[in-house]
Amino acid sequence: MRGDRTLFAGLSLDLAPGEALHVRGPNGLGKTTLLRALCGLSRPMRGEIRWRGQKVSDLGEEFTAEVAYVGHLNGIQGDLTASENLRLTSQIFTRRKQQGVSAGEALERVGLRAQADRPARHLSQGQKRRLALARLLVLRRPLWVLDEPFTALDMASVASLSCLIGEHMATGGLALIVSHQAFDLPGIRDFELAHYCKARK
Amino acid sequence: MAGLLGAMRAVFVRELLVFWRRSTEVMTALVFFVIVTTLFPLAIGPERRELMLVAPGVLWVAALLATTLSLNHLFASDYQDGSLEQMLMSPYPLSAMVFSKIAAHWVLTGLPLALLSPLLAIQLALPMKAIGTLVGSLLLGTPTLTLIGAVPAALTLGVRGGGVLVSLLVLPLYTPVLIFGAEAVAASAGQGFASVAHLSLLGAFLALALSFAPWASSAALRVSLD
Repeated sequence: MRGDRTLFAGLSLDLAPGEALHVRGPNGLGKTTLLRALCGLSRPMRGEIRWRGQKVSDLGEEFTAEVAYVGHLNGIQGDLTASENLRLTSQIFTRRKQQGVSAGEALERVGLRAQADRPARHLSQGQKRRLALARLLVLRRPLWVLDEPFTALDMASVASLSCLIGEHMATGGLALIVSHQAFDLPGIRDFELAHYCKARK
Repeated sequence: MAGLLGAMRAVFVRELLVFWRRSTEVMTALVFFVIVTTLFPLAIGPERRELMLVAPGVLWVAALLATTLSLNHLFASDYQDGSLEQMLMSPYPLSAMVFSKIAAHWVLTGLPLALLSPLLAIQLALPMKAIGTLVGSLLLGTPTLTLIGAVPAALTLGVRGGGVLVSLLVLPLYTPVLIFGAEAVAASAGQGFASVAHLSLLGAFLALALSFAPWASSAALRVSLD
């Protein structure tokens, strides 16, 4: 439900550790809405979302502590440098047992080492996107929710992101991905949202 | 719990860093405060008795408007770049994060305003004995203003013309603080009851705002970002 419009109904999906789901569907179908509902940013009108068998709405912060979300907006503060952005992210968002890799290491992985000390607003679109994705490494959360993660990325970065998601799955992580772009990831499951949508006027 | 405090401190540091790099935004509220209070002696004339009579009110209204002016910066940029969305996904209570944000915001807007006020008070011929009360009342009052203002600021995120709307929503809520703040200064300038009572009430307002504002504005943020 978005506004007064019902987007989809009768939808049911489950995800096991080590699995990734590629949510597909034409524009305006509600993919972003679905993802935002799944990671707890908005509430579905009806139905429930469970994490390890418990209702997400009951878990509250216990659930958000397990999710890393990269949405349409990068969530990068332009006046801070790339490494400040990541370092503060890791300080603000991690509980001690969840500490991922260090900010420097994450920047290395996404190929932004040289840009570490530049204000984030001077980065290009693709670099900003990579910086947003570096958050996934810094946070080390079991569930990755990625909304169009490949936008503005070049070919090499697309490949290395697919590789990252692959590694994440291999360590028992889960991933939900919305993307229109074709990408190569063995073992990913397709999910066609259009099947669950009301006939649209 | 150390994790929560660490996260709150990190939010605080982050805000200070960001505001520091955008010092113009911090300065606008302060410069506004200075200019408005300077306009009054120019308009009223150099008569000390008249100036002294209006000084508490002028200083307090100017401080209040300057705070209102700065409220837009509290959440707006984090909302636009998606940082706020991320903050909603924090493993710690959102109200704690919001509290840190508000605290940092006050340190950069309310605090300098209170520290600058003695200079402007002299310009308005406020007696020396009232200046201590002025600073005290602003130190107690401006955090209350920022805390209360955070709620409408959060509520109007993403609304077109949100800035004006915030002022309209927030100014009526500010009246009690204004009344007791200005009255405290007037009292110690020798125009009324003892100022301690007014200051205690300001303290009570602050305690009240501390307890409900972070919680209310984080609820408002969740609504705005849904």
